[in-house]
Amino acid sequence: MAACARNPKDFFAGVIYIAVGLVAVWIGRDYATGTGSRMGPGYFPAVLGWLLAAFGVLSVLRSFVQDGSPIGTVAWKGLALVAGSTVLFGLLLESAGLIPALLALILVSAAASRMFRFEIRAAAGLVALLAFCALVFVKGLGVPMALLGSWFTG
Amino acid sequence: MELFDNLLLGLSTALQFNNLLYCLIGVVIGTAIGVLPGIGPIPTVALLLPFTFGLPPESALIMLAGIFYGAQYGGSTTAILVNVPGETSSVVTCLDGHAMARQGRAGPALAIAAVSSFFAGTVATVVIALLSLPLAALALKFTAVEYFSLLVLGLLAAVILAHGSVSKSLAMVFLGLLLGTIGIDVNSGAARMTFGIPALSDGLDFVPVAMGMFGLAEIIANLERNEVRQVVSQKLRDLVPTRADLKAAFPAMVRGTAIGSALGVLPGGGAALPPFTAYALEKKIARDPQRFGKGAIEGVAGPEAANNAGAQTSFIPLLTLGIPANALMALMIGALMMQGIQPGPQVMTEQPALVWGVIASMWTGNLMLLIINLPLVGLWVSMLKIPYRLLFPAIVLFCCIGTYGISNSVFNVWLMLGCAMLGYFFIKVGVEPAPLLLGLVLGPQLEENFRRAMQLADGDPSVFLTRPISAVLLAVVAVLLLAMLSPAVLRKRTQALAE
Repeated sequence: MAACARNPKDFFAGVIYIAVGLVAVWIGRDYATGTGSRMGPGYFPAVLGWLLAAFGVLSVLRSFVQDGSPIGTVAWKGLALVAGSTVLFGLLLESAGLIPALLALILVSAAASRMFRFEIRAAAGLVALLAFCALVFVKGLGVPMALLGSWFTG
Repeated sequence: MELFDNLLLGLSTALQFNNLLYCLIGVVIGTAIGVLPGIGPIPTVALLLPFTFGLPPESALIMLAGIFYGAQYGGSTTAILVNVPGETSSVVTCLDGHAMARQGRAGPALAIAAVSSFFAGTVATVVIALLSLPLAALALKFTAVEYFSLLVLGLLAAVILAHGSVSKSLAMVFLGLLLGTIGIDVNSGAARMTFGIPALSDGLDFVPVAMGMFGLAEIIANLERNEVRQVVSQKLRDLVPTRADLKAAFPAMVRGTAIGSALGVLPGGGAALPPFTAYALEKKIARDPQRFGKGAIEGVAGPEAANNAGAQTSFIPLLTLGIPANALMALMIGALMMQGIQPGPQVMTEQPALVWGVIASMWTGNLMLLIINLPLVGLWVSMLKIPYRLLFPAIVLFCCIGTYGISNSVFNVWLMLGCAMLGYFFIKVGVEPAPLLLGLVLGPQLEENFRRAMQLADGDPSVFLTRPISAVLLAVVAVLLLAMLSPAVLRKRTQALAE
């Protein structure tokens, strides 16, 4: 289906719109819609869900008629590493503490660059960044994050 | 004379020592992120938002506003010296600014850019002060009916001025509005689409959404591009432009300021429109259009004045009506709400020190920027030598800590990650995410006012057409929609946005 679309960008955007719109309508199927003068909580989401799905259909239909440029290559490596570094941060922050979480985040996300390699300047930057975060966010702004979490302090 | 009283009150607020300090912090951060390509004011403001909680409201807004217009100054430095726009608003400055730099005239180009920005900033401050009072007075007459129509107009304007196809941008607004319905319905107390997650009962927090879509998603997209950065290295002597330069640039500066001030007020105006329009105008009215792209000083002065004026006047709808003109102003609304201030026309009368303090601080901020940018330009140039591969892990880090810091919950980090994936997808399919953010922020207001209006009118939708102000607003909406369907206008718009 997607292969014969002449404008893949419009095609995939449309598919997402249809999916989100219909899911919203389906989740909201039990919400009371109420009447015009006293609308229930379900009125607005249902209208928006159908509108979104309708625009999605429009976009998909148009993708078969109008020409467009291809989507282009997806940087899977960058995508995976940046996403992975965020996941690691989320998982480690409350158990291992800020310092290990940031170390994991910086090292994993830095690996996303094509020119990733070990060098003194980058290592110095890493240490400076860690010190900056500890000082500014934890000490200065008082964000409640333990520098070292329960894994280390028992 | 009320105007003078107000401006005096504003100045007395803006000139307090701590407010001057926060203004300085704001414009320095703004210049820094403006100079660095790959990080813009939206993620920066989103990141700092949670930390403004402890500040007095005026200090918080003064600092955040400083980041926004400071970025307009910084962006032009990179555009002129590296031929890479530091910000979207400085894309056109690359054309003639960089050409001037290659001819060994980087100094005058930088100076004219800064002087134009300062001139525009000064004029725009006066424009804001003049327009705010009558608009706020008009807005006080608004009921739920007029508010609904105004919000519809604002959202539609955002669609029209966004890049890409109108129907896709419209779909993005619907998507944003739909995401805005998540949470507990204020009228009935029913939980909607919360999936049983307690963190969602207050609705989707827009800071993680903004950071994901504008911060992380941009980084992932940037990683695909090759990093080529060549700083024009020359001694930056002769920063003072010659009399001839000033004479050539001044009319362009005035025209750019006028265009920027007018376009900035429009909802959805965004950062790119004013400078592009100003550049197109300069090229059109120039006696010798051939010079453009080869170092014409008007091509620097006009757009630079326009982007700074536009950045500042986009505060007008926010301050008078409580409606954000662009995604960044949506974040400012968030800053107000965090301070317990409900945005709207009543802010002007209830918090005069806040509103006029912010307006006056724009002028003091612009003065600081002139000083920060011209004599210290060498410092900013050295910042450009930091390669992106060392920079982006720090941006990822700040995004993570910032989202966590809003409510100290890891849930926001997951939400940001989800939005980053969605944002990257939208970058790939060529849809601008800004209308979504606007929809998300305005959605609850839109629904609330619609339901209240319908309740008052006993379910009769004709009330939107029988009340005069609302009818006029909706008529504008109808005209805009019809114009969008006409192929001639559509072609013009594509041309204008592509230029």
